[in-house]
Amino acid sequence: MTDQEILAKVTKVTVEELSVKEEEVTEAASFTEDLGADSLDVVELVMAFEEEFGIDIPDDDVAQLKTVGDAVNYIKAKK
Amino acid sequence: MLLEGKKGLVLNVVNKNSIGWAIAEAAAAHGAQVGVGAQNDRMLEGVNKLIGDNSAFTPFVVDFTDDGQLEALAEQVKKVYGKVDFVVHSAAYANREDLAGRFIETSRDGFATALDISAFSLVALCRVLEPVMNDGGSVTALSYLGSTRAAGNYNVMGVAKAALESAVRYLAQDLGGRDIRVNTLSPGPINTVAARGVKDLGKMIEHVQEKGFLASPFGQAEVGGSAVYLMSDLSKGVTGQIIFIDNGYNVAAL
Repeated sequence: MTDQEILAKVTKVTVEELSVKEEEVTEAASFTEDLGADSLDVVELVMAFEEEFGIDIPDDDVAQLKTVGDAVNYIKAKK
Repeated sequence: MLLEGKKGLVLNVVNKNSIGWAIAEAAAAHGAQVGVGAQNDRMLEGVNKLIGDNSAFTPFVVDFTDDGQLEALAEQVKKVYGKVDFVVHSAAYANREDLAGRFIETSRDGFATALDISAFSLVALCRVLEPVMNDGGSVTALSYLGSTRAAGNYNVMGVAKAALESAVRYLAQDLGGRDIRVNTLSPGPINTVAARGVKDLGKMIEHVQEKGFLASPFGQAEVGGSAVYLMSDLSKGVTGQIIFIDNGYNVAAL
């Protein structure tokens, strides 16, 4: 999967889970600060990424996923 | 259709991965009208999305920590359904810091919160709904093996589940005179938003799926099946019981 494909899927999942507009989901956008995710949203988002990409995201790694770009890089490293 | 003509409640549901949602879907698939609970207006958005335009489901909002909302729930149930045949209690909460590390560190407040939302709420719910339940109905709660065994990180929730299971037996005693059965489902660990509150849930799931006897993994759908059995007349004569949906893990020695 190319970086662009990962970004596109991360964007799609983020739009669905957080009910935000696609143009708000930039690589620099923070899930909690810019996209309004609360702690429950973060858990749902992480589970949606796991399902979409077929990976496990352990609790200890969740803190690393602050921005959309962080998520893309994390998933790229996991795939 | 095992639940043809039956009406009931599944309280509460968060999203498509919720065990409560699997139970609600299974009940509807067997012909029931199902009230699906959301803890608050924020959760209601998610519940409404799940329900869509399926007329088998009706959304309800109830926060188990609020006595006023519990009373209001009973009123609303009366309006929508008249009386109900089954109630499924699918709610638990503990502070995140109490679901990791050493149980001995649990605070007084953390203990009280976990027991209030995860165990007392069943008692409160049964009390307010008793007048709107049909004789011969069924109440089902959701527990976990951490109630009788010490499970890493499950901690205060294990104590809360022990209280819940005990409450189920006492409620079974109280409601038996009206042939209302009260039982507990005890699934092995399943990947849900609520369960993700327990640290290292993924490792628990892996362990139990590996040690359980059955080859196929269990999940939400399997819990839904046993729930339908408990809601249906097939489980007449069964009350105060704990049914494990864990591929037999709870009886394995090694």
